[in-house]
Amino acid sequence: MSAPAQTRIIFQHIDEPGYTNDLACYVRHGGYEVLKSAVRRKPEELIDEVKKSGLRGRGGAGFPCGVKWGLVDRKSGKPIYLIVNADESEPGTFKDRYIIHQDPHQLIEGTMISCFANNVKQAYIYIRGEMPHGARILEKAIAEARAAGFVGPNILGTGYSCELFVHRGAGAYICGEETGLIESLEGKRANPRIKPPYFPAVLGLYQCPTIVNNVETLCHVKYIAQHGGAAFSQIGTPGNTGTRIFCVSGLVQRPGYYEFPAGKITLGQLLYDVCGGPLPGRTFKAVIPGGSSAKILRFGERFKGKRKVGAELVDYDWGVEDVPMDFDSLGMIGTMGGSGGVIVMDDSVNMVEALANINAFYAHESCGQCTPCREGSLWMKRITTRMVHGTARAEDAALLQGVADQIPGRTICAFGEACSWPTQSFMAKFGDEFRAYPETKKTPKPAEAAPLI
Amino acid sequence: MNLQPATLQRIDEVITHYPEKRSATLPLLHLIQEDVGHLPADTETWVAEKLGLQPINVYEVVTFYPMFRRQPIGRRHIKVCRTLSCALLGGYKTCETFEQEFNTKAGHTSPDGEVTVEFVECLASCGTAPVVLIDDDLHEKVDCAKAKQLSAQIKAEAAQKKVARSG
Repeated sequence: MSAPAQTRIIFQHIDEPGYTNDLACYVRHGGYEVLKSAVRRKPEELIDEVKKSGLRGRGGAGFPCGVKWGLVDRKSGKPIYLIVNADESEPGTFKDRYIIHQDPHQLIEGTMISCFANNVKQAYIYIRGEMPHGARILEKAIAEARAAGFVGPNILGTGYSCELFVHRGAGAYICGEETGLIESLEGKRANPRIKPPYFPAVLGLYQCPTIVNNVETLCHVKYIAQHGGAAFSQIGTPGNTGTRIFCVSGLVQRPGYYEFPAGKITLGQLLYDVCGGPLPGRTFKAVIPGGSSAKILRFGERFKGKRKVGAELVDYDWGVEDVPMDFDSLGMIGTMGGSGGVIVMDDSVNMVEALANINAFYAHESCGQCTPCREGSLWMKRITTRMVHGTARAEDAALLQGVADQIPGRTICAFGEACSWPTQSFMAKFGDEFRAYPETKKTPKPAEAAPLI
Repeated sequence: MNLQPATLQRIDEVITHYPEKRSATLPLLHLIQEDVGHLPADTETWVAEKLGLQPINVYEVVTFYPMFRRQPIGRRHIKVCRTLSCALLGGYKTCETFEQEFNTKAGHTSPDGEVTVEFVECLASCGTAPVVLIDDDLHEKVDCAKAKQLSAQIKAEAAQKKVARSG
């Protein structure tokens, strides 16, 4: 079965010749019309539409956006803040970059609709430090929107006011974690907060109720406000509604960004039909389907079980190629849809070296607050790096497994899981390769293999 | 602290973006670093005074975030992405090429003080790997040949500036 056509909602104008990132162009394409009608509706009505839509957060966890908004403490009398999480830093993910650079007003419109719906008076876009041009583009776009009455005091003459500012990060991955991001926005080290009690919906920025949403999620809110939650829920599959942007990178013919209805395309269709399959003379070996912390899949393995289709339970028996790309299906086979970053590896890649690369990333990015993560991520890096550049021992596999198993569930934030899942899944799927590595090292590497650590 | 009037103006403006001044710590550090090139020794006390904090509050932020630097770097700053998607497409060789071209090691500055080469974590452009950030500009699909070409361009620009300075 060949792949379905792309459904470009958020990426409708990305790479469109002649489409520019200024206000005039956005307005020419119908921009801010949705905000104009949204501010004349009841805020609760907009929240209901988002709940009806089934929209799930696109940052990684897939938490329902409407539920997140529903949890916001509206009785405390404290101001409610909204933060756009544009920290985009999960390796393999690069969708927000294009929205910010090429269609910033789409994000601003989605943000302002969300602010209005939640009675937010002050919002921030937290953009990662390594996107200096992105920050400038957003600042310019916000200034244009403010001048036109879409942002700032008395928006569109309704009496509703909301400020929006850009806040730049400074190179720390952990700022993508929402409570770490909040600490960072407060001017501190981005050490995530413990939950409970610090659920952002209740005790977020400045100890006030706070909504943190991903860039892609907020763009979807604009679509939902325009077409209704029911229409949005018709795209994709039940429980996995709307479109999803997949960022494909690594060893594949046509890497890039592709927007499809969630769950309507399989991993095989995405990698073979859309991305053109493996490089000439190679075969796919492994794929990480949802950002580098997602558990790896091995081509050739099979997944069996029962799943719900409508009200019925049906058997499934999938190869990696058959898995529908949605939160639930990827969750069922033991990995996750995460941030939509699909990293592809072929038969030229040695898995010990690939894991060493990932481990070096997480060791560098651990905030250092919790001992299991701070020490564990460093140990995993040191073991795998030594295996590649120093002495590899057959017992290293068991040692790695032992370290990885002691991290998850013992840390303040999900970084503990994020840094141990790669090691745990590489061990589960490619344990043989780790045990055999002392022998493998004695033979010359394939000429086409790039150094990974 | 010797900052340009425009920087001082932006500093005063950015503080108004937040209900609590402390939030302006990162923006102030960015502005100072953009102006001076790095964060000079009196940064912590200066920012602390500006925001009503203790210098330690600023120091702990400076030392946490990889982008802040307390030492000067070269006139040009090359950041090569090290993370998996870029490495799979040859990021390590790209970094090595820049090291050779500027006779330095990652994390260091060329002997003539012109160029600092760094090997950094994911730059969020994995689909066009390997990627390199030179100053504020992203360069995509930088294989060894393109790394050499970019190096030549940087060297030519440096030579031109040198002539302009001596002339």
